[in-house]
Amino acid sequence: MAIYGTALLSLCLLVGIFVGKLIGILIGVNANVGGVGIAMLLLILLSERLQKSGRLEPPSERGIIFWSTIYIPIVVAMAASQNVLAAIKGGPLALIAGTVSVLVCFALVPLISRLGKTDTTPDAES
Amino acid sequence: MNTIIDVLESVLAKYALVTGFAVIGVTVWISYVLSDRLTKGRLHGSAIAIFIGLVLAYYGGIATGGSKGISDIKALAGVGIMGGAMLRDLAIVATAFGVRMDEFRKTGLSGIVSLFAGVIISFIVGATIAYAFGYRDAVSLTTIGGGAATYIVGPVTGSAIGASSEVIALSVAAGLVKSILVMTLTPFLAKYIGLDNPRSALIFGGLMGTTSGVAGGLAATDPKLVPYGAMTATFYTGLGCLLGPSVIFIAIRALF
Repeated sequence: MAIYGTALLSLCLLVGIFVGKLIGILIGVNANVGGVGIAMLLLILLSERLQKSGRLEPPSERGIIFWSTIYIPIVVAMAASQNVLAAIKGGPLALIAGTVSVLVCFALVPLISRLGKTDTTPDAES
Repeated sequence: MNTIIDVLESVLAKYALVTGFAVIGVTVWISYVLSDRLTKGRLHGSAIAIFIGLVLAYYGGIATGGSKGISDIKALAGVGIMGGAMLRDLAIVATAFGVRMDEFRKTGLSGIVSLFAGVIISFIVGATIAYAFGYRDAVSLTTIGGGAATYIVGPVTGSAIGASSEVIALSVAAGLVKSILVMTLTPFLAKYIGLDNPRSALIFGGLMGTTSGVAGGLAATDPKLVPYGAMTATFYTGLGCLLGPSVIFIAIRALF
């Protein structure tokens, strides 16, 4: 049943956020540290295991897949609920600080990609 | 006539999340039609949809004076529920379904490098620009630097080290600008920075850090890359909140 998949997904998220908050408290930061990332790892591990033992059947999988297909509309809704006005009203300092940091980070993507490649997989260079 | 509008409004407000699904569904549909007819599919439908979302958010802000975009309009509050942290995180985690574990393992090191580089460079850039605008005290420089990381790192750092509310507001604004730019620019710049595989998506997420920006930007570029970018981005804000008020603040204070 689809609810099994959705329940598995929900449990992974809840555990992830919970652990993320605990990590936050441990290191003295009032934020959720990596909760979503932990939840993703949990889902990957658990679903791989359940699939291998044949306990995650296609009808249950649909309960997870639905949420990943509704992802883009959710992002659109997220965009529509951002404080765009405040971003624009922040004036030139906010605009320039935001823009420059984005551009610098864009430029760094290929640099770090190359770095890691020679470090970890020297034979995979094409 | 007025009663009809009142009744309609109360229905939309009561069935908020359902209204959200309907409104966003229509928005996405219009965007895909526009993408097809006007750009022959070259500009991805989801990129147009996200842009329309941002424009709606802007008008929502003007119309209501609130901080949650279009969802501050009563009848459209459901858009805020649909795009809020709860469902967003649920959907992001769902995108990881079907991803292979070794994809993450292979990129482990460069993911961590990109996280530290992303946080530290954003602070440096933000603080430098704040300096250029006349700020000279370490507290303000660090806080605005935090805003250039994400709109959460800025205020968290600022309140930890005692920044003024004006500076904290600026840092939030800088973070919002960053998030919006990442959402809108990524599909255009992706091919120039080699953003077309899980590895570079992981690095991209670590460098940019803004979960909303990375999530939106990658969705409009190639939905298959979303789980990789989201994975690293989710650690960024935590790392920023950790380093900002401590190591980075101390380093900036030593300089000024």
